Amino acid sequence: MKYMLLIYEDDTDRVANMDDRMPTCAAYAEAMKKAGIYIGGERLRGVTTATTVHVSGGKTHVVDGPYAEAKEQLGGYHVIDVADLDTALAWAARCPSATRGRVEVRPVWPL
Amino acid sequence: MPPTDDEIARDAAEAVARRSYGKLVAFLAARTSDVAGAEDALADAFATALVDWPTNGVPDAPEAWLLTVARRRMIDASRRQKTRKEAVSHLGLVMEELEAAAAEAAKVPDERLSLMFACAHPALDAGIHAPLILQTILGFDAAAIGSAFLVAPATMAQRLVRAKNKIRQAGIPFHIPERDELVSRLDGVLEALYAAFAEGWSDHAGSESQPRNLATEGIWLARLVATLLPEEPEALGLLALMLFAQARYAARRDGDGEYVPLDEQQAAQWDAALIEEAEELLRRASRLPTSGRYQLEAAVQSAHVVRRVTGRADWAAIEGIYDVLLNITGSPVVAINRAIAVAENRGAADGLAALDALAEDARLRNYQPYWAARAGLLARTGDVAAADAAYERAIGLNTDPAVRRFLQRRRAAL
Repeated sequence: MKYMLLIYEDDTDRVANMDDRMPTCAAYAEAMKKAGIYIGGERLRGVTTATTVHVSGGKTHVVDGPYAEAKEQLGGYHVIDVADLDTALAWAARCPSATRGRVEVRPVWPL
Repeated sequence: MPPTDDEIARDAAEAVARRSYGKLVAFLAARTSDVAGAEDALADAFATALVDWPTNGVPDAPEAWLLTVARRRMIDASRRQKTRKEAVSHLGLVMEELEAAAAEAAKVPDERLSLMFACAHPALDAGIHAPLILQTILGFDAAAIGSAFLVAPATMAQRLVRAKNKIRQAGIPFHIPERDELVSRLDGVLEALYAAFAEGWSDHAGSESQPRNLATEGIWLARLVATLLPEEPEALGLLALMLFAQARYAARRDGDGEYVPLDEQQAAQWDAALIEEAEELLRRASRLPTSGRYQLEAAVQSAHVVRRVTGRADWAAIEGIYDVLLNITGSPVVAINRAIAVAENRGAADGLAALDALAEDARLRNYQPYWAARAGLLARTGDVAAADAAYERAIGLNTDPAVRRFLQRRRAAL
């Protein structure tokens, strides 16, 4: 089954310390690749770069900033393909961001 | 009125079918991850068996028979849903294994424990663990589970559906967790087994027409868990607790089937072998480093049955253990039992004061044991009018005719 691991962290802190943290994050992604479970993933720019779009009544509204204001924001994601939820949870627990923030594990809804 | 041949045949068919139910649900669900689908397929097979078996006799291999019918239902269901190609080929593999299992019923592996751990997975809300196990392993309906857990039937039904959807969609596995996880997952499993046991135990002696004995099923499942986890004090504690209660099963009814409260039971009627087994489990549990709720509840039972030897229950010990239990659980049911112990140790007025402290708890408004305990203590303080009203409330809330008659006798004697 495919799962997305959604990484939520203090955004300011994450962006400020990205260079320091990158090696452990890369090692984590590499471990998933070596395990043969990795589908893909990306880190995201900080929420100050986010723009939110909403269309209503035929009119497009563009707003500066993320959809929801919160201290912990989506900072990146990984998609993995593993046997079951327990395996996905075990991998989520290894994510360096899991100790700093939260990792939400969501099953991918196949088409 | 003696049962007719039809009724006997039907009861026999139902007893056999029920024994197989949980095992077959576990077998199917472990392969499809679809608990609701497995239950549906088995429910149909079960209903078909209840029509066929009383007429044609119970088949030699009832599990194989049920699996064959369930298999047809699952194929029909997958056709109706126009299931995706991938799922169909997976179902094909499951069907092959089903066919092999059906060919030789002895080969249907018992995966009930795996199913129990899926139901008690931390990804599911803790409150739904026990209801799920009761429904999937023992075939309880939502109404019965709701009443055991003080939840409206429709609400319980909805929660069960949601939990089964999450098991399937989130890919919650059907396996026995690794040793380090096992212990933390055990709570939900034990709670469910205890609930099943309690439901069966309170089902009165003499109602032999009841084809299922949940108390026995609960003990069977608890033995299985205690064997798997011999170093886990709570698994041993729960089994001990069940055995202590089961030892008094016969003594709580007299020759006419009338209810006999614990303090009036003949200690000689208690099953000494079961008590010895329970005491030994408790000794084993006490040598392990931790203790918990079930071990403490079993210790309360031990303090009750010590009356066999000393002639009196050890009420001081009972109150002390309930103090600890109340700290751990905060349960209003524990608080009621503690109040009864207080009354034994320091008089009915003190016991009543302890019950008064619970009066605000909305969960107790329609809880029969609360009103029965209250009525008994009010009677002892001489408050006849209040005791009469409390007995009326307890009688109105009771589902057991023998206990109802007992309460009516007490009320009439005021």
